Amino acid sequence: MDNEAIEINLLLEAIYQKYGYDFKEYADASMRRKILHRLELFKLSNISEMTHRVLHEQEFFEILLQDFYTSVTEMFRDPSYYQALRKAVIPILKTYSHPRIWVAGCASGEEAYSLAILLKEEGLYDRSQIYATDLDKNAIKKARDGLYSAELLRKYTSNYQKAGGVESFSDYYVAQNQNAVMDPSLKQKILFSTHNLVSDDSFNEMHLISCRNVLIYFKKALQERVLGLFHRSLCRQGILCLGAKESLHFTSHDDAFETLMNHEKIYRKK
Amino acid sequence: MKKSIEKNKWGMVVVGCSSGGLGALKEVLFPLPSSFPLPIIIVQHLHPEGESYLASYLDGHCQLSVKEAEDKEKIDPGFVYTAPPNYHVLIEKERTLSLSVDAPVVYSRPSIDVLFESVPPFMAKHTIAILLTGANNDGTKGMLYIHRHGGLTIVQNPENAESSLMPQSAINAVQVDHLLDLEEMAPLLIQLSRD
Ligand SMILES: C[S@@+](CC[C@H](N)C(=O)[O-])C[C@H]1O[C@@H](n2cnc3c(N)ncnc32)[C@H](O)[C@@H]1O
Repeated sequence: MDNEAIEINLLLEAIYQKYGYDFKEYADASMRRKILHRLELFKLSNISEMTHRVLHEQEFFEILLQDFYTSVTEMFRDPSYYQALRKAVIPILKTYSHPRIWVAGCASGEEAYSLAILLKEEGLYDRSQIYATDLDKNAIKKARDGLYSAELLRKYTSNYQKAGGVESFSDYYVAQNQNAVMDPSLKQKILFSTHNLVSDDSFNEMHLISCRNVLIYFKKALQERVLGLFHRSLCRQGILCLGAKESLHFTSHDDAFETLMNHEKIYRKK
Repeated sequence: MKKSIEKNKWGMVVVGCSSGGLGALKEVLFPLPSSFPLPIIIVQHLHPEGESYLASYLDGHCQLSVKEAEDKEKIDPGFVYTAPPNYHVLIEKERTLSLSVDAPVVYSRPSIDVLFESVPPFMAKHTIAILLTGANNDGTKGMLYIHRHGGLTIVQNPENAESSLMPQSAINAVQVDHLLDLEEMAPLLIQLSRD
């Protein structure tokens, strides 16, 4: 192994022992990129120096932690996914009296709000409960505030329309200074909270779990474990939605699910 | 494949291009025989909302098999992998590919720098990096990285590139090993793959 790889292992081990966050099973390439990027920004001479600062300065650790989370997200990301939900998943959810939905790795909340809007338009919102969780407590705080930069609205409006939105997207927020504040009624049925997919367990039986663009950051073994957690958390015939470039194929859970919509990575527990 | 890294000097080819890239890629890849032993991984800047047509298009024009990179997919010889629109592609030390939705780099996702700089140091010295036509300077840092780690750098001659900015930017920053026109690339790659 080269020295750099050893130093990264030691850094992640130090973080684990000191602060209890386990990033050892995150995919190496992306972690390495983030660590080297931070190294360059702070003009540190090597990763061992970074480890030293992580151990002795909590504030430094918090900065690195924020780098490790990739809370990059948008409203109605992949519009075709939301179209597929409307077509193939909403009819199934309608058969439940009180659908429970878990958005795992919701980042700053855009995905959860997008789902809330969808449920509203399908007349299902009032009897649904959305649980939206992320490891990043700053992202969860932002999600609770429901305050997004107005600069993004054009993109979000266009996504919404492509996703088959039937109303005007501007009905769902009020513009305030440079921000869009999400309509408070959209928050009523969303419970935002922190949850660590690596170490926390199942907390309710779900009818639908949406975990998009999170598993790509994990190594295979951790992907398998988290899929196991989702399997345990779903009711029979519960629905699992993954990101556009994630899949159950080539995992040990392939046989436990049937494919509802292959292109959109929507699966149903057998 | 592990064995052949030890036996052969070169283990992998990474390619970056932007505007004008489609035509350039066709010209570089088309002459490579299906027996070409080095896997090739490509970042071509794409419109983020574009459909994933690149791989199937190139597949129709190549003797090698071209496919879109999947997360944690094994990197196999005989294959050409393209980055999906709106995802970075990175190389893991286990010789698999990872995708990420990290923020764009040099306004680009996928980014050439992200791919090239992800090559682990011990693999970089067995890596051939190629930078083709393009209208921004993504790829320059990546070329510098591959060069510093002992890999081989090949840049398209900017004079004959559809967009000269990207190759020119790399040439200004890096002592590149080969400055070539498109039709010279495949013969060199075939020769290098025998080293
Ligand atoms: C790229 S975002 C995906 C956001 C959203 N689902 C989407 O597709 O737009 C990945 C999120 O996964 C979260 N994450 C990373 N590791 C996690 C873990 N162990 N438990 C819960 N969330 C995690 C990050 O904090 C980040 O917000």
